[in-house]
Amino acid sequence: MNPKMETKNLDFYYGAVHCLKNVTLAVKEHQITALIGPSGCGKTTFLRTLNRMNDIIPRSRLEGEVLLDGHNIYNKGVDVVEVRKRVGMVFQQPNPFPKSIYENVAFGPKMLDMNHRVSLDEVVERSLRQAALWDEIKDDLKRSALMLSGGQQQRLCIARVLAVEPEVILMDEPCSALDPTGTLKIEELMQELKKQYTIVIVTHNMQQAARVSDWSGFFLLGELVEYDATGELFSRPRDRRTEDYITGRFG
Amino acid sequence: MRLSPKLTQKIAWGYIWAAGISAVAILMVIVVYVVARGLPIFGSDFLFTQPEGGISGEGGISSVIVSTVWLIGTTMAILIPLGVGAAIYLAEYAPDNWLTAVIRYGVELLAGVPSIVFGLFGFAIFVLVLNLSYSIIAGALTLACLLLPFIIRSAEEAMRAVPRPYREAALALGATKWQMTRSVVLPAAMPGIITGVILCVGGAVAESACLFVTMGGSAGMPTSFFDGGRSLAVHVFYLAMETNALDKALATGAVLIVLIFVINLITKWLAWRLRSRMEGKA
Repeated sequence: MNPKMETKNLDFYYGAVHCLKNVTLAVKEHQITALIGPSGCGKTTFLRTLNRMNDIIPRSRLEGEVLLDGHNIYNKGVDVVEVRKRVGMVFQQPNPFPKSIYENVAFGPKMLDMNHRVSLDEVVERSLRQAALWDEIKDDLKRSALMLSGGQQQRLCIARVLAVEPEVILMDEPCSALDPTGTLKIEELMQELKKQYTIVIVTHNMQQAARVSDWSGFFLLGELVEYDATGELFSRPRDRRTEDYITGRFG
Repeated sequence: MRLSPKLTQKIAWGYIWAAGISAVAILMVIVVYVVARGLPIFGSDFLFTQPEGGISGEGGISSVIVSTVWLIGTTMAILIPLGVGAAIYLAEYAPDNWLTAVIRYGVELLAGVPSIVFGLFGFAIFVLVLNLSYSIIAGALTLACLLLPFIIRSAEEAMRAVPRPYREAALALGATKWQMTRSVVLPAAMPGIITGVILCVGGAVAESACLFVTMGGSAGMPTSFFDGGRSLAVHVFYLAMETNALDKALATGAVLIVLIFVINLITKWLAWRLRSRMEGKA
């Protein structure tokens, strides 16, 4: 099966800093791919190249290819809006807009002026159900999203991404600001979502990577040191540096 | 001789206390004096009759109030789109280069230019070259130029203060830069922008120097913004300098003080309400 997304010899520079070095990695469809590694290893930078969020960083430069269904999303003439619609992103800090819960979820579909086969109300309800949030807040749709707990806010952000019907969901340490209950809910949700979507998650937490992911990549100093099925990588790491990291010798 | 720490502490405290009290006291004396001397005038239809002119300063300030309202309305209609537009450019679109730095520095410089200089410019360009003669529109255009740096600065600061995660969330959902600006940045910056706008209204109400030479001093009732007129602050000047009705000047001053007080209250209330609505408290 062809990978859903794939990077080929990807290099990324921020000014003179070489943040990603020759990264080649294939993301398989309907699987969860975890990216682990110590702070500053480039895993978040890598994640952000997958939906061109690094475009907004001044003085940055990218070499190599990022393929989505075999097409380079950095090719001239590719519409970045279309890329981001197909490849959604959930951030480290829950970042709902200071608007109502309903407005948050409806934001994407309204803005993209998506086809109106179904009403906006239905899109909002479906997305909130998919994000396992509907039952908790269905009577509070008009209230401000900032009233929700951190875990609920993060699920709202996931619902907001689901509303634009993406194919890939990128998650940048989505649980790092959450308590254990909130974390558990997001992890359960990810298992549900991978049936329909392809997920790439950056995580600081190796237990989390081992629990939720099918594939894991270990980044160190901008290099992809090792990339394998999660069970393999955690039980039989091939590279010494991976072994040192997952056994807690550094990081 | 060295003073003991206890003594220096006492002296410092006494000085700071005295300075604080006198600052407040000076303001109170001004306000109380103006209001106390102006207040008795209000009995006789002061607000609802036109000034009659002459050395005795007969009549009220009805046409002056109407002129002021015309002036402020026209000024804001010019100032807000121009100022907020420029602020959006500077905050969101302007590249980070020397040209932008020069523009930003220029805006700051303009904020420090005395208003009478803006008045001379307005007189030369709007009154004479554009042939608007002494008129509310000429005054409003001049005021808009004068206040432009302030509105730009407050709106730009409000937009810059919008957290980056909001922007990134919008972009990651496929928003264009303009969609992000319009539907996320502007609403989040609105309390700050409104505060800036209303402070500009306060500044416009208080301004007099640049209006003498652009709006003239007509005490008649304006019927369009091509008519000349007299704002409250300008009227105070005329009453004080060209009549012997000092009490009426003080009464007009009292109206100004109340007006500015009300404008400040509205500002605080509006900004508070917008902010609490966003945070979901209301």
